[in-house]
Amino acid sequence: MSFSVSQHGDISIVDVEGQLIVGNRQELKQRVLDEVDRGARKVLVDFARTGYIDSSGLGVLVSLAKKLRELGGDLRLANLNDDLQTLFELTKLDTLFQISESRERALESF
Amino acid sequence: MRSAHPRGDSNALDLRIPSDVQYITSVVEQVVRRCAALDFSRRQLSLNVPVALTEALSNAILRGNGDDVTRSVRVRAEVDALRLILEVHDEGPGFDLERCTEDPTTAVNLLREDGRGLFLMRRLMDEVVRYHDGGNVVRLTLRRG
Repeated sequence: MSFSVSQHGDISIVDVEGQLIVGNRQELKQRVLDEVDRGARKVLVDFARTGYIDSSGLGVLVSLAKKLRELGGDLRLANLNDDLQTLFELTKLDTLFQISESRERALESF
Repeated sequence: MRSAHPRGDSNALDLRIPSDVQYITSVVEQVVRRCAALDFSRRQLSLNVPVALTEALSNAILRGNGDDVTRSVRVRAEVDALRLILEVHDEGPGFDLERCTEDPTTAVNLLREDGRGLFLMRRLMDEVVRYHDGGNVVRLTLRRG
């Protein structure tokens, strides 16, 4: 389980490798908040290499999206596999987030 | 992590873990491995089992045991060709499953950070039951798909 952050113009990209669950959600939250403190307002979370997400992980994404929107930015998502898509649909979080099928499309969406 | 009651049946698991969320991944992997050996569906192995069990364990650790590492959580799993039965025991007083399960999809709840755990557990398993057996127990049942 690890997170890496890279930049594409003014967009901060977070890659989630492995699970996003109760044991590591705080690390993701802090990594993104550090980016926000440095001025980031557009954040893309890429799930191409993600296993599964639990309710704590979903909660952190909601919290970060709210924070970024309050600041005039947004948090968007890319590369959800079928299982993750199901998870977002079950919780209706697919209506809260802009979700792209690829990293490139997500970057273009900002 | 230690085996509470070692058993000869390789498809059964009986573990006791400290109340620490860092143990969750290892327990989930062991249960998924046993389900995979009995040809549970790919989706059950990658979504239903790991997410529901993670929710049950984190509830037991953080709420049931109050994140107190001196307390422990016992996990029992029985897997056969028909179904998986998981029992997660904690040392807490228990809770009312119906009353505590919220609908996170309502407009009011959608923006909340918490409140999705029990909902997901119940949507991803065929049956979720909570009872008291000298401690708080949540039993999850999933028919093999």
